Amino acid sequence: MRDGRKTLGLHLGLLALLFALQFVLPAYHHGNLARIMVLAAYAVGYNILFGYTGLLSLGHALFFAAGMYGMGLLVNQTGAAPLAALMAGVIAGALVAAALGVLALRTEGVAFMIVTLMFAQAGYLTVLYFGAYTRGDEGFVIQQAQRVMAGIDLSDPSNRYFAGLLVFGLAMLINLWLVRTRFGRVLIAIRENEERARMLGYDVFVHKLGAVVLSGTISAMAGASYGLLFGYVGASFASVQYSIFPLLWVLLGGAGTVIGPFLGTLFMFYLIDLSSGLTTAYMLIAGVALVLLTLFAPQGLAGELRNRVWRWLP
Amino acid sequence: MTKSNKTPTRREAMKTLALGAGAASLPLWARYAGAQSSAPIRIGFQVHRTGIGAAYGRWYDRTTTAAAALINEGGGINGRPVEIIAEDDGTDPKRGAEVVEKFATQYNCDIGFGTLFSHVVIGSAPRAGELKLPYFVVSEGHHVASGMLNRYTLQPGITDVKSQVQAMAPFVANTLGKKVTMIFPDFAFGHDHRDYFTAAIEAQGGQVLEHIAIPPTETSFTKYFPKIPRDTEVIYHVMVGPAVLTFVKELGEFFGPQRPEMFGFIDSLEAVDISSPGLEFLEGTYFWEGNPRQAQADQSPYDAFYRERVGVDANGASVDDARDVSTYSHMFGCWETLHVVKAGMEAAGYAGPQDRASLIEAVEAMTDMPHSNAHPQGAKLFNGKTHQVFGHQYITKVTGGKLLLVHTTSIEDTLYPDEADYTTQAF
Repeated sequence: MRDGRKTLGLHLGLLALLFALQFVLPAYHHGNLARIMVLAAYAVGYNILFGYTGLLSLGHALFFAAGMYGMGLLVNQTGAAPLAALMAGVIAGALVAAALGVLALRTEGVAFMIVTLMFAQAGYLTVLYFGAYTRGDEGFVIQQAQRVMAGIDLSDPSNRYFAGLLVFGLAMLINLWLVRTRFGRVLIAIRENEERARMLGYDVFVHKLGAVVLSGTISAMAGASYGLLFGYVGASFASVQYSIFPLLWVLLGGAGTVIGPFLGTLFMFYLIDLSSGLTTAYMLIAGVALVLLTLFAPQGLAGELRNRVWRWLP
Repeated sequence: MTKSNKTPTRREAMKTLALGAGAASLPLWARYAGAQSSAPIRIGFQVHRTGIGAAYGRWYDRTTTAAAALINEGGGINGRPVEIIAEDDGTDPKRGAEVVEKFATQYNCDIGFGTLFSHVVIGSAPRAGELKLPYFVVSEGHHVASGMLNRYTLQPGITDVKSQVQAMAPFVANTLGKKVTMIFPDFAFGHDHRDYFTAAIEAQGGQVLEHIAIPPTETSFTKYFPKIPRDTEVIYHVMVGPAVLTFVKELGEFFGPQRPEMFGFIDSLEAVDISSPGLEFLEGTYFWEGNPRQAQADQSPYDAFYRERVGVDANGASVDDARDVSTYSHMFGCWETLHVVKAGMEAAGYAGPQDRASLIEAVEAMTDMPHSNAHPQGAKLFNGKTHQVFGHQYITKVTGGKLLLVHTTSIEDTLYPDEADYTTQAF
């Protein structure tokens, strides 16, 4: 089988498997997987910038929160329909990403990390500052009646699961499409050697800006969906912790792989969930597991798969 | 004499042992297999073991354990023992919602219980409502009574911040002064105080001269103090978090011995020894306490009983370690909530998850909760429509490094018009 077919088979197979799991999983894992898929979409967004373009952002919570608040404030303050609010969240994320990209891409390396971190922190404090609308750190609830999209109640477990699958599937297929486009290949070229890409005549700034906007938009889509599916919008999702999470998920799953963000999110979720059922020192178990994985699988789970088994893995 | 030469193999020995162990534990099996009604009532306890709520979580845990032990000694609930299934939520709303899901669908808990921090409650409550899991929070947030949450979420064991704050205004205006400057953290908790107290003090003929909001990332406060108007009679402060020690020290350096009256919420100093070095400036100032941590001269027998069962000494610290100060103004909520759950389950004849709606209706039907071992903080009045309890509030004065009671509000001081009616929502 040609590599392209294998690639498509694997990723569509994953989506088919996730679709089938809806019918067999027990309630608890069914709910977990819905959540994991939305978070994995966030990780896919992060991976486009980090894994494929080589830009390490510490401020992606800004985009996730832009989507979440773009959607949530519209629903809560104006009673907007959920679909329109979801779109507004995605657009808000794209605009914030474009603005941040224009400013932050004037820096690189460690400076880029610090600038993105600072912008995200400013975003977090903005949410707190406008507490009259956002309810600050407490956040607010998106009521069940406000979560009915085109007659579909998103608080229903099956509907939520399929919505999560749709969001994740969309993010993953965009990523898969991206790595096959000329634009995506230039991003990889920039990651490998920025100077060489520039010397070859590519406009590095425009490509990097495109990557920031695409990455931010997918992250915002995940944020808006998360708020809508789970009924809560809060400032903790704008905090630095939620900038670190996608980095961890991507590193664990395999940076620069399409399937890695999902594997990383899944692994990390269950690592914490299972160990917290065993001991109160569950973060210690999670930490040790992460150290071991970093030592013995530095390319992440999918990275190791690519090195050892599936060399064609995109 | 014949001698058996058959030596049992290791596998046979293991089989025999397993059978023996099975037979020995037969009474245990029989207890559950014979009557499902004797299986424990499982209470999912969402506890802040890590994150910003950890100090509160430690004491919520101890209080809950003590209350469950007491209930079990008294025969449990409807003849069934109570089993507390505790899980850390990291004081995080996302993890909180996941823990609620785990209680409902993994551990098959009868109810969820015990959440304190407002953002975790608000993040978790939608899931509790969707999963139809009665969710008894111990948060003191106004979120329940405001109507933001749902019919499955109740707060019957601790009063909310709106009632606490408004009940302070008569004492502040009539005893300390009518010109107030408020210093509060610039996030939701601080904004609640700003909004509710400003309205309440104006209703008493007083006024807030200045609102000083401190950004949550601030570590030094001196630059804010010149904003305090010179004719301020009372400073109302609700700083929380580790910076409170710096705040008090710098405020002391700013004013010296010539300070206005000071009134604060003990939330800043829960789990902190009031006689800690650096807090000397608080001598002679006043605090709201949900439940006075110092055993008072006229201590009720109920407080003495509760204190002894939880393991708290007369100064409000652990009986095992005098430096381990409790979160006495909040943790009674766990004790009282579990007793409300017991009363509600008994009134509803609760037998299992199919009776969850009946349990909620039984709690909604409650009104007066008399001062007793089940309600050691004081008598309470439950509002079934808003799912919120109301009760006495206490004002203490720091005297010789101890918090001595100077005023107890009436329950009527804490009441306000209903903002919601959850009983109109379908189950």
